[in-house]
Amino acid sequence: MKVPLSWLREYVDLPPVTAHEIADKLTAAGLKLEAIASHGHDLKNVVVGQVIEIEELIGFKKPIRHCLVDVGEAEPREIVCGATNFAIGDVVPVALPGAVLPGGFEIASRKTYGRLSDGMICSEAELGIAESSPGILLLPADTPLGADVVGLLGLRDDVLELEITPDCGYALSIRGVAREAATAFGVPFRDPAALELPAAEGVTHPAEIGDPTACDRFVLRAVSGFDPAAESPLWMRVRLTRAGMRPVSLAVDVTNYVMLELGQPLHAFDRNTIQGGIVVRRAQPGERLETLDHVTRELAEDDILITDDSGVIGLAGTMGGLSTEISASTTDIVIEAAHFSATGVARMSRRHNLVSEASKRFERGVDRELPLAASWRAVQLLTELGDGVAEPGVTHAQADVAPVSITIPSGHPARVAGVPYSRETVVTRLEQIGCRVVDGVVEAFSEGGRGVAATGVVTSGDLAAKLAVTGDDPITVYPPSWRPDLTDPNDLAEEVIRLEGYDELPSVLPGAPAGAGLTETQRLRRRVGRVLAVTGYVEVLSYPFIGARDLDNLQLTADDARRRATRLVNPLSEDEPYMRTTLLPGLLKTLVRNVGRGFTDVALFETGLVYRPRPDAPDTAPILTVERRPTDEELALFTAALPEQPVRVAAVLAGEFERSGWWGQGRAATWSDAIEAARAVAGEAGVSLDIRADQHEPWHPGRCAALYVGDVLVGHAGELHPRVVEAYGLPKRTAAMELELSRLAAPAPAQTRSISAYPVATQDVALIVPADTPVASVEAALRDGAGDLLESVRLFDVYEGAQAGEGNKSLAYTLRFRAADRTLTAEEIAAARDAAVETAAARVGARLRGV
Amino acid sequence: MSDYDPVEVTPLHADELARAEADALAAISSAADLDALKQVRLAHAGDRSPIALANREIGALPPAARSEAGKRIGSARKAVAEALAVRQTELEAERDARVLVEETVDVTLPWDRAPRGARHPLTTLQERIADCFVAMGYEVAEGPELEAEWFNFDALNIAPDHPARSDHDTFFVESVKSGKVLRTQTSPVQIRALLERPLPVYVISPGKVFRTDELDATHTPVFHQVEGLAIDKGLTMAHLKGTLDRFAGVMFGEGITTRFRPNYFPFTEPSAEMDLRCFVCRGASSLPGNPPCRTCKSEGWIEWGGCGMVNPRVLIACGVDPSVYSGFAFGMGIERTLMFRHNAEDMRDMVEGDIRFTLPFGMEV
Repeated sequence: MKVPLSWLREYVDLPPVTAHEIADKLTAAGLKLEAIASHGHDLKNVVVGQVIEIEELIGFKKPIRHCLVDVGEAEPREIVCGATNFAIGDVVPVALPGAVLPGGFEIASRKTYGRLSDGMICSEAELGIAESSPGILLLPADTPLGADVVGLLGLRDDVLELEITPDCGYALSIRGVAREAATAFGVPFRDPAALELPAAEGVTHPAEIGDPTACDRFVLRAVSGFDPAAESPLWMRVRLTRAGMRPVSLAVDVTNYVMLELGQPLHAFDRNTIQGGIVVRRAQPGERLETLDHVTRELAEDDILITDDSGVIGLAGTMGGLSTEISASTTDIVIEAAHFSATGVARMSRRHNLVSEASKRFERGVDRELPLAASWRAVQLLTELGDGVAEPGVTHAQADVAPVSITIPSGHPARVAGVPYSRETVVTRLEQIGCRVVDGVVEAFSEGGRGVAATGVVTSGDLAAKLAVTGDDPITVYPPSWRPDLTDPNDLAEEVIRLEGYDELPSVLPGAPAGAGLTETQRLRRRVGRVLAVTGYVEVLSYPFIGARDLDNLQLTADDARRRATRLVNPLSEDEPYMRTTLLPGLLKTLVRNVGRGFTDVALFETGLVYRPRPDAPDTAPILTVERRPTDEELALFTAALPEQPVRVAAVLAGEFERSGWWGQGRAATWSDAIEAARAVAGEAGVSLDIRADQHEPWHPGRCAALYVGDVLVGHAGELHPRVVEAYGLPKRTAAMELELSRLAAPAPAQTRSISAYPVATQDVALIVPADTPVASVEAALRDGAGDLLESVRLFDVYEGAQAGEGNKSLAYTLRFRAADRTLTAEEIAAARDAAVETAAARVGARLRGV
Repeated sequence: MSDYDPVEVTPLHADELARAEADALAAISSAADLDALKQVRLAHAGDRSPIALANREIGALPPAARSEAGKRIGSARKAVAEALAVRQTELEAERDARVLVEETVDVTLPWDRAPRGARHPLTTLQERIADCFVAMGYEVAEGPELEAEWFNFDALNIAPDHPARSDHDTFFVESVKSGKVLRTQTSPVQIRALLERPLPVYVISPGKVFRTDELDATHTPVFHQVEGLAIDKGLTMAHLKGTLDRFAGVMFGEGITTRFRPNYFPFTEPSAEMDLRCFVCRGASSLPGNPPCRTCKSEGWIEWGGCGMVNPRVLIACGVDPSVYSGFAFGMGIERTLMFRHNAEDMRDMVEGDIRFTLPFGMEV
């Protein structure tokens, strides 16, 4: 809402403060300043002049006039001008030498086109009151010569642009902002809607309300003998422009002007195009309307329509129809001022993707008591400015609406705020916003509250009872007609608190009960991030959107579970309409981006949700009532309908994992780093991974590990399949791991045991095994065979050469033995070592090298 | 008194002793390195050295001679020991000057053999915020990102035709009217917390949210918020203000100036916006005649987040009796907070995953 302060000051006696001070007060009251536009402050030395002589200069590419202009001085001034829309005797604004026009444009006396030009005759655009103008601004003939144009035309003004919240429909008007400003400064407010209305004689035009849920008041007034050539006066055009609306024609400008001033959207019809009586009703199947913007719209059954015998002539409160539009020859005008359903207009505006100044206001709630006054104000302006005659009658159709009342204890606002407010303060503040306040409980309606919220949601009796606040010293509050947003006890509390000032609220810390801190799962997620980062991985947060192409790039088979993905109705890009079922695509694309930006050694990780539709999930999640807690059965419906959303962690790496440098060669990232990353993650969860060879896309079939915790598969790691590398344009041998954190149980406290101070006994064994034997199974056999004395096993060499024999490999292990209570004897050590080797021999066919 | 051994008494002659001392001192001063000095120490101060042998014989002297002999030997031993210590120090210094210098390396050589990674600042900022509230007794609540509309809108008093509902540029999940959306705010976690947890409830809930904005310098379709909720007996707006003032202090330093101004949110009533005094222009840009400020768009204040007293309608939808319980809720943008706190200017840097953005943040933000 753009509010020219000159307009505001017509209805409230603001003290002589700056625009910023006014804006600060309004911001504190909830009308937040977006911007201040200052107009005309730098405009000076522009006076009224009369053209007394015109000489057309010839020989130039465009028409040029040399004029003599009387500006009320002893001698007329010579001025060269390129416009031609004025004649001798016309009164015009003249910028004298020394004048500064908007944009810092300075006027000086100068020679041009071979003549002296001692000033400039100005257009509206040059004075900063229109975006563009076809010619010189012609002033009324009786304007005093030499007068200061800035003062005369009110060009000096500040415009506050305020952000109006959706509950404050009333503040989308000068009237509403003026009321707030008056309260903020504690000065009187003059209501521009408090007009003396003439006694009506008869009906203007037959009209009826066909659906009271769509419209509960419909007013028509008429003007005849209107001069279609009449132009809007300059002051009106200036105000409209500064308030952000484009002047169109007098009839349209008047409806807009009254809307901006009072907040009541108006519509003007050409009376002679209306056929028969008007009915306000909902649409019927198949109806359509060509609106003012020349779009033919298919109407939905819910749409609220203005209709006549010919059919639909307007979308109520949203946009008029083309057939009844005011034209350049309209002389008889019907003005419509109505009160339409807020939700009805909201729905219609959204459905037709049509947001108008009218729909914005109706959606947010318009004062139901305005139509008679606003339509009269429009008629007054049309007759004054357009030579028309007001028709004596008025059409006034309406449906009964129960008044809203809210009963609260007078101490309720104080209890919400945490600040004591006197009863008098509460009552005064509520009265300032226009409420009527009555002592005690007034039984309103036997069926409970029937307040209509700004959204048009009717509060049921049951909900009203739950919302009711009881207590000592009840007061019953009747909100004013322009505040349909006031329906609940807390709405009233907010009004009192905001007017008393949010900045007056004390700052008090509540004494929350002792909490339990982070859960084990939450701690685990932090540790996982930390361990990967310390290991060398950089965290990314990629968008969770993927496309079918990603699933193909990952070489997933047609029946891969990861192809069952949730699709968005309105994805950002049709290329990526699915919610991810794996973290890898985002990571791989980010890896490629980094490589493309010159970073060839990259290790990345991400922790986040994947979205896995449940098999047999219902298509829809329910929309339940909000008047009570859902039952457990109802809550289960939500769970069933929503995808499973487990937390995963994934890492990708390429290039050198250990860098080359002056110390020597580095080490390229390999499948083993990816598995090690998974081990590190599992280690943080207090479990060790059981690594098994696997074949699983998108990994290299010979370099892919399945990661198990016990018998639970928790993820995969290894080198990516060369086809995946190619599809994403990744560096060769890019490795990756992905692990479902939700499958790792929250770690239990680690258990420790006492440390033996007895000496360690170290034994090295070299075992020959068939080359395809997984090392993990050899180590498991050694551990099992060695028994309790074994402290650790470490593989320190793998050899596949001639000495190991064809098809074999040699594994060299260091076994460390130690007892808790004694120094081991040579016999004990040898026995444990031999037992370990024997078990390996039995399980995997291992034999001691050289034996 | 006849069993003295006259032969052994000889070294006790004063001149003999003096010679032994002189020999020792000469040997010490001529020891060329620490190894030589070690040999000298053995020869002249060791157990078999002349002075040590002489000392051993003091007991064999007639009592009258013992005291004087003892003094002489003591003084010789002291002189030798001191000379040894001095020479030891000299030779060590000499060695250090030679050997350790030879071992000198260039300690300015770079070492990035296994560089560290880093955590994303949006993650660590969420953790820091959670820690701030955990310290106040809150717990961290979580909820799904793909959420039922009822949780994201209806239960939060955003009816289907409410203007606020269309202000949220929502990603809808197939099929049309499935009742499922990508959550547009972390507020649905409020509803879940109230449905799942026993009262009183004090929870903080950082997380990912989604709106259909195109990515540019100040917008991203996937961003992060932190939601706070406190429901207890007797909570007031003063408590809300106190909590957010503390939060702002922890985030931006205790000197930060905050402003509470009325705003509108369907799920809170009364509602407020928490503004921060612009830390670039300190508000000066909002006054006439001062240069404009890009950070606050010359408003002098920066919107940090919305808050308010939980609308009793929301409590009712969760089965909480508003005549017994009240409370407050607030929601802040993590990206915005990161921008203010760390001067991050372009939202794209936060989402693109360029390691140059993330690495400097390290493990903590």
